[in-house]
Amino acid sequence: MKFQKRRTTALAALALTATFAFAGCGSDDGGNGGSSGSGSEGGDLSITMLPKNLGNPYFDTSTDGAEAAAEEIGAELEEVGPETASPDAQVSYINTVAQQGQDALILSANDPEALCDALEEARSADVKIVTFDADTNPECRDLFVNQATAEGIAAKQLELISEQIGGEGEIAILSAAANATNQNAWIEMMETELAENPDYANIELVDTVYGDDDDQKSFDQTEALLQNHPDLKGIISPTTVGIAAAARYLSDSEYKGKVALTGLGTPNQMREYVENGTVEAFALWNPGDLGALATYAAAALANGDISGEEGDTFEAGDLGEFEVDADGVVLLGEPFTFNADNIGDFDF
Amino acid sequence: MSHTDVERPETADVPAGEALLVEPSRLSPTRRAVTTVLRSRELSIFLVLVAVVVLATSKNNGFLFSADGWRNFLLNPSILLLLAVGQAVVIITRNVDLSVGSVMALTAYLTGRLFIEQPNLPIVAVLAACLLLGAVLGFVNGALVAYGGVPALVITLGTLYIYRGIMLTWAGSDRINAGDLPREFLQLGTRSVLGVPLLTILALVVLAAVGYYLHTARGGRELYAIGSDPDAAVLYGLPVRRRLLAAFVLSGALAGLAGALYTARYGTVSSSVGSGIELQAVAAAVIGGIAIFGGSGTVWGAAIGAFLLVTINRALPSLGIEDFWQRAVVGALILGAIVLDRVLARRQARKLAESRDHS
Repeated sequence: MKFQKRRTTALAALALTATFAFAGCGSDDGGNGGSSGSGSEGGDLSITMLPKNLGNPYFDTSTDGAEAAAEEIGAELEEVGPETASPDAQVSYINTVAQQGQDALILSANDPEALCDALEEARSADVKIVTFDADTNPECRDLFVNQATAEGIAAKQLELISEQIGGEGEIAILSAAANATNQNAWIEMMETELAENPDYANIELVDTVYGDDDDQKSFDQTEALLQNHPDLKGIISPTTVGIAAAARYLSDSEYKGKVALTGLGTPNQMREYVENGTVEAFALWNPGDLGALATYAAAALANGDISGEEGDTFEAGDLGEFEVDADGVVLLGEPFTFNADNIGDFDF
Repeated sequence: MSHTDVERPETADVPAGEALLVEPSRLSPTRRAVTTVLRSRELSIFLVLVAVVVLATSKNNGFLFSADGWRNFLLNPSILLLLAVGQAVVIITRNVDLSVGSVMALTAYLTGRLFIEQPNLPIVAVLAACLLLGAVLGFVNGALVAYGGVPALVITLGTLYIYRGIMLTWAGSDRINAGDLPREFLQLGTRSVLGVPLLTILALVVLAAVGYYLHTARGGRELYAIGSDPDAAVLYGLPVRRRLLAAFVLSGALAGLAGALYTARYGTVSSSVGSGIELQAVAAAVIGGIAIFGGSGTVWGAAIGAFLLVTINRALPSLGIEDFWQRAVVGALILGAIVLDRVLARRQARKLAESRDHS
């Protein structure tokens, strides 16, 4: 009797586990299901846009740009994506794209390696792969639309801070997470540039701290920076969360107007601080342009206008003509500088 | 009273601490008060706090003695302090409220949304709306715990995810930026009166009110009784369900208020606001000497715990200690507090047993 009861419990437990497992699959399918239904019967191009995660204002802006471009070239574009930015979450979406036989996939990769197998499979199903924002290994995709080169971003931020502190003094960096690939590459470039460029001979980088892209932590780290380096002249924050938190801290501290702040930020987050004089100027590319360029590139590939070889050129609507560089990279251009004069023109 | 005094005159060989434990009335009121304070857990935590501040200030004067340093010392803990007070009340009843971070996120976003839709809304009305939303969410927790008979850990873990889910659906990719909020509201987050930030004053008023209620009011003492032995409290006829409900409503309402203040302080609200802060609130309460199994501790202790946690996090980067060790120190504090708690409880039990054997 007792044995039987125990077995029943075990069975129930098993059943329950199975239910959860199936439920897991179900929700997965549901996620993919949302993306299906675009048929490729017509002559129209079908393009899938897969950002790192949904619900991210940056990618919402790039998707808006992509949609506008798709409309102009008469392609059908749909956005799918995971809730959180983890590498394995993107794999199932890539597989779905391959099964659906989409013409092209525009992707911001959560991991340069982990997605390669899935992408290989999609390419063998004749799906053109264009990465934007974050690249995979070059051999796993056709083109990478680069928002700006790491050199360009690093140089721009140093240029801005140097301008704002008058070319000399101590500066510090407030970054995202300590293992954020993009930020680390930029920081490394900035360090090299500071050491080698004679224009920056009087600028000293005294500290690099990490706010983990968390408002509160970035805020606290800004405070610590100002406290630990009483002679600090400027802060560079190459992350949108960090620069907004640092600006908020500076705007009501005794350091407002005395310590310069620049970096990468979005106009909507920074508007308040540019208008009240805490921040003079900051940089970013236009994510809308980025999404649009990726869409034009994807369409040019899918139509067979270009093959992704170095030296290929294609038209990208209002953005002009672009050329494919080595390793299949297309460069959007120099980062854009936002300041009190032009910030009113942007809303993202 | 005098009869006892004649039979057992105050003996010098009984230490004050033991007397306090076994027969407090044997000590004079002043001595009793002094001994209570000297023997309290709160004092030892307070001394740790003082030590941290002294250490950080000796390394860098600005930690306390600059205008910003002083303000941040008082201002930064105020939001966690509100959460810790609410959490303390719940933990005293032998429950826990893990949903406070999500509640805070919802009301932080509500604050931003209200100001975007109705820019001329009075600030008091927004604070009231946040208190109300927090109280309603707390009521849901309380009702499920009090009437469902399911452990609060499970219920509030569930509502943690549900409330966060509502937040994600509602806010999505939207974020509230400082530019969306009225100037006066943002100033609320930084303005000071006589050198004390407004948010800190608000938090201290809440602390004083809750602390006074717990210490003196019948309802407050019943919360301790419930936490010490829930079954006995039921048998004794205490209104256990009503008290539990009230404790969760209070915790929710304070989390709601904290959300509004978060928006005033930080000016930016994204859907991840307050993730993980519930654990900091529990940590503050535990470090402050509130027994995780309920029935003992004070909100004063929880408040000092909140100050200690935030101040340590501010001080360690100033002392040049790496990120990993910063977290480890907080962990060590929690473990230390719990070990101390067990040691003290055991010693107290032994002393009580000894004095029973004596008499």
